[in-house]
Amino acid sequence: MSEESTAVTKLVTPVRVSYTYTPGVATGKFLRGIRRGKIIGQACDSCGRVYVPPRGACPRCASPTSQEVELAHKGTIITFCVVRVPSENIDAELPYCAASILLDGADITLFGLIQECKFDEVRIGMRVEAVWKPESEWEYNLANIVHYRPIEEPDVPYEQIKEYS
Amino acid sequence: MRDVAVVSYAQTPFVRSERARNEVEMLMPVIDEVVEKSGIERRKIGFTCSGSTDYLAGQSFSFVMAVDAVGAWPPICESHVEMDGAWALYEAWVKIQCGEVDSALVFSFGRSSMGETAETMTLQTDPYTLAPLGPDAISMAALQARAGLDRGLWSEREMAEVAVRSRRDALRNPEAQLKGEFDVDEILAEPYLVSPLRKHDCPPVSDGAAAAVIAAADVARQACEKPVWIRGIEHRLDSHQPGSRDLTLSPSTKAAGEAAGASSGRLDIAELHAPFSHQEIILKQALGLSDSVKINPSGGALAANPILTAGLARIGEASRQIVAGNGRRALAHATSGPCLQQNLVCILEGD
Ligand SMILES: [Zn+2]
Repeated sequence: MSEESTAVTKLVTPVRVSYTYTPGVATGKFLRGIRRGKIIGQACDSCGRVYVPPRGACPRCASPTSQEVELAHKGTIITFCVVRVPSENIDAELPYCAASILLDGADITLFGLIQECKFDEVRIGMRVEAVWKPESEWEYNLANIVHYRPIEEPDVPYEQIKEYS
Repeated sequence: MRDVAVVSYAQTPFVRSERARNEVEMLMPVIDEVVEKSGIERRKIGFTCSGSTDYLAGQSFSFVMAVDAVGAWPPICESHVEMDGAWALYEAWVKIQCGEVDSALVFSFGRSSMGETAETMTLQTDPYTLAPLGPDAISMAALQARAGLDRGLWSEREMAEVAVRSRRDALRNPEAQLKGEFDVDEILAEPYLVSPLRKHDCPPVSDGAAAAVIAAADVARQACEKPVWIRGIEHRLDSHQPGSRDLTLSPSTKAAGEAAGASSGRLDIAELHAPFSHQEIILKQALGLSDSVKINPSGGALAANPILTAGLARIGEASRQIVAGNGRRALAHATSGPCLQQNLVCILEGD
């Protein structure tokens, strides 16, 4: 086939864009908390819902969330799945269990991995706690929490958490 | 056609760097203020449309996060343009014309300070044949300025005069960023930044957010004492390939101006979105503006140029001038793309 009739199928044009990101007041407080091993949410001035990580506004009320709330490191599994395909973004052995976790005192869920248990025992309503990296490795990063593990507490009935699922 | 008016406008002060606040934190007080001033209950505003780009925020779906500042629960009727907020206002205006809604909230925002804006803007050019060559926004504007200088369409002195007048007028605008008394000869003695552009011919890097509420006549009359009527709003574009254009002219501005009715009555004020000094001269020519038209009383984009917000700010500033009684009929212009590639013209009138 002549070069004329060959489709051009590949063209490499590298693009690089760099940013000096600043997270804002609310998320900044959250990240500083995470760096110190604390989980800092914020409560809506109008409806009281607690957001974590906070972005400064309650999306329901469009009100500021000016009240800081330190959250427990324990929570409840709202939903979960077991992942058997690799992802470049998650550094975990396959299969792994990814869950949506409602920390005690929060009104929105956080993403986390469930470990230290059999996956067929993971269930909605199950109580879990955060397992942190060693303090010397803490950064401004929610990945300071490596995973969550089950704790010896009774399951939360579905009725109590259904609004979050 | 339905009569539609700008009923309120608000913005953050435009600054070199917001640093402390994120986009939601910048927007919340602006949206509170614009809704409050509109006299329309937040829940009764029929449509929300924003203009912004993830390329400024450096994160995907930044515009969805910004909706937090609006209060979108229960879910609202909402849209977004990856363009200046002036085009978000256009979409909202069309939605009102279609009779789907009677009022709309429009906003835009951006923190240019977080990235390398001039380089980031390269990415809006053709990704295969132009962007890899790396033409940044300032260099492209410099090509345009040189073309006009060599053709004798403007002089470096006239460019400096635009900068001096803009920054002087900005002294009266508390929300402008770069302002002061400068001297034309002193400016001309400064070195070139990208020849033939000097620093003064270029816009500052600005962070900011702006918002407007627009409404159909019956709602506007009821809500607001001094509605500013949108008599015409049109946008047109030139080729995406800069090499195929005569950079010294702006046919798309001319066409948009004619379609919007720029020449169908005496204009008192024009707020032109000209980020580079020579571009004001091109726009003035394209729109056929006489010397009696007051250009950029706000200071324009040479005084503050928050990317994708500066165009909406021109509509806001022009309507503020009308509300303040400084004129009855104004033209507001917004631009997008390299070297004035795409242009929107909005004709505004007081009662
Ligand atoms: Zn709330």
